[in-house]
Amino acid sequence: MAGAWLQYMASGLTAGAIYALVALGFSIIYNASGAINFAQGEFVMIGGMSAVALLATGLPLGLVLPLAVLAAVLVALLIEKVAIEPARHAGAVNLIIITIGVALFLRGVAQLLWGKGVHRLPAFSGEQPIEWLGATLLPQSLWVMGGAAVAVVALSGFYGRTLLGKAMRATACNRLAAQLVGINTRAVLFASFGLAAGLGALGGVLIAPIAFTSYDAGIMLGLKGFAAAMLGGLGSFAGAVLGGVMLGLLEGLGAGFVSSAYKDAIAFVVILAVLFLMPAGLLGARDSERV
Amino acid sequence: MRFIVDILRRGAFVLAGALLAVPPAGAQEPIRIGAFLSVTGPAAFLGDPELKTLELYVERLNASGGVLGRKLQLVAYDDGGDAEKARTFTKRLLEQDKVDLIVGGSTTGTTMAAVPLVEQAGLPFVSLAGAVVIVEPVKKWVFKTPHTDRMACEKIFVDVQSRKLSKVALISGSGGFDKSMRAECIKVAGKYGVELVADETYGASDTDMTAQLTKIKGSAAQAVLNAGFGQGPAIVTRNFRQVGLMLPLYQSHGVASKEYIRLSGPAAEGVRLPGAALLVADLLPEGDAQKPVASAYGKAFAERYKAEVSTFGGHAYDGLMLAVNAMKVAGSTDKAKVRDALEATKGFVGADGVFNMSATDHMGLDLGAFRMLEIRNGDWTLVKPAP
Repeated sequence: MAGAWLQYMASGLTAGAIYALVALGFSIIYNASGAINFAQGEFVMIGGMSAVALLATGLPLGLVLPLAVLAAVLVALLIEKVAIEPARHAGAVNLIIITIGVALFLRGVAQLLWGKGVHRLPAFSGEQPIEWLGATLLPQSLWVMGGAAVAVVALSGFYGRTLLGKAMRATACNRLAAQLVGINTRAVLFASFGLAAGLGALGGVLIAPIAFTSYDAGIMLGLKGFAAAMLGGLGSFAGAVLGGVMLGLLEGLGAGFVSSAYKDAIAFVVILAVLFLMPAGLLGARDSERV
Repeated sequence: MRFIVDILRRGAFVLAGALLAVPPAGAQEPIRIGAFLSVTGPAAFLGDPELKTLELYVERLNASGGVLGRKLQLVAYDDGGDAEKARTFTKRLLEQDKVDLIVGGSTTGTTMAAVPLVEQAGLPFVSLAGAVVIVEPVKKWVFKTPHTDRMACEKIFVDVQSRKLSKVALISGSGGFDKSMRAECIKVAGKYGVELVADETYGASDTDMTAQLTKIKGSAAQAVLNAGFGQGPAIVTRNFRQVGLMLPLYQSHGVASKEYIRLSGPAAEGVRLPGAALLVADLLPEGDAQKPVASAYGKAFAERYKAEVSTFGGHAYDGLMLAVNAMKVAGSTDKAKVRDALEATKGFVGADGVFNMSATDHMGLDLGAFRMLEIRNGDWTLVKPAP
């Protein structure tokens, strides 16, 4: 029984780590612009798919990973310049619509560029499952959880210690006040897109050996990440991580102990219940000024 | 008249061109073969090889003199997997293009949308989709070529029986194919003395099935059957080995492609699944009735399109060839005569199997049409039938 528990927890935590990375991306862009970036899942896909494409050119895996993340960051920065920045005064709803368009566009380009097939990256360090107290864990799962943990620590360092990070936090708190003290909120939005895409792409690359990747892999991951961000409280970084891990665990334990047919339903019912009682999410800001 | 093969890949409005290309007066009218296929969209992996196959073989038949001394003309539309569009295109095929028969319908959904129309119009229709509902109950004008999911279940259970096993755990996805096959497997399990001891499911885009497989590991299962389609079964296969399950694993005919082996990697070793003879044409013993047909089709397709042959293209090959055969037998393109000839098809060797149609069976395949395959060293091998 302990083995089964551990197994469900392990699969839940692996999925949860990826949801958390995607959820962080949602929160970062929300903080900078007040909009939800529905192309977040596509950044995850670009990470995974460009890693597959780069690997096919014969580059070593160690080089492919940073390059794939970089590729997604560059795409995101380009999109911010071309599609988001010109419309930054248009209001959050317009920005959201634009990001939906961007998502469709990126998915279409990926389909043309890389085809409709499903692809897989080789595992980073072998595929021999690790047995521990009756549960089995793929080494890649450790990479996923470890990678996500490192990313979260690095992110908190970035926000706590660098000028740009502090500027981004200030913008999140109050954009007008941030502008008044001389913070370039345009640069903050620009950097936010790069950062969000980088986190998403990291998730996409880490999960590709386990869950595969395809041109439409971003849809579901984006949706789950969004749900995790809402659960934790949109705009809260700790909330994004908590929401992601909770969603993953709910799915894993729900599938194991209740019914695999209803695992998504279980997860979403819990999310609805939480949002009903705490509309701002678990760790969301308690203010209600945004209407 | 020079033959005209109309390739209407996308959009139907190109049709105007086809209508203008009427043969000069005095020339014999071509036989018009209508097709609506899901060439783009989510079912493109079905429709794409099907259209390619129809184009290839209409061309080949015409090059060798056509049928009944007349050329064939293919009028094909892309329904994008949308049943509503399939209905519209069927209407157009019937009313404007005035085709002599229809070979098409990549998915069960698009096929069923067309069924009422062809039944009303009284036009022979050979569907390329899988589900049993297409031919059960029997519809006067509707035939189909692919194996059904029920046959896949039966083929698997026969193999389970021959291994002296009886307790099977079922794990299936949430897609249409998966659900339909799951239901069929549950229906026929008793007939083969198989007891289903677990019934787990997973979502279409789930990335981890270890929870479901851990539950199965704790059950009394002696074998596991995955009724699935797409990438899910590859993840199931990998997770299956990860959680240390040592039981025989069966997959469905839905993943009988090289992509499944590639995605599953070494975890696919030893997995068994029912597949069409087409996939293992080279491995079939000499003297197997299907060997020459399957090899020739596979070779022709690979030569022309530089792509691996797929089971789905085989359905279209059979559909077209069954129709051509029926017209030859009937000696005309008269709709009622062709229909009767289709229904009377006996011992027709196709890529999917040997067809023996009857008034009560408009598919005409038996379990022999499926071959039990086992994956060894990253490739298909034939499982020797139990004595």
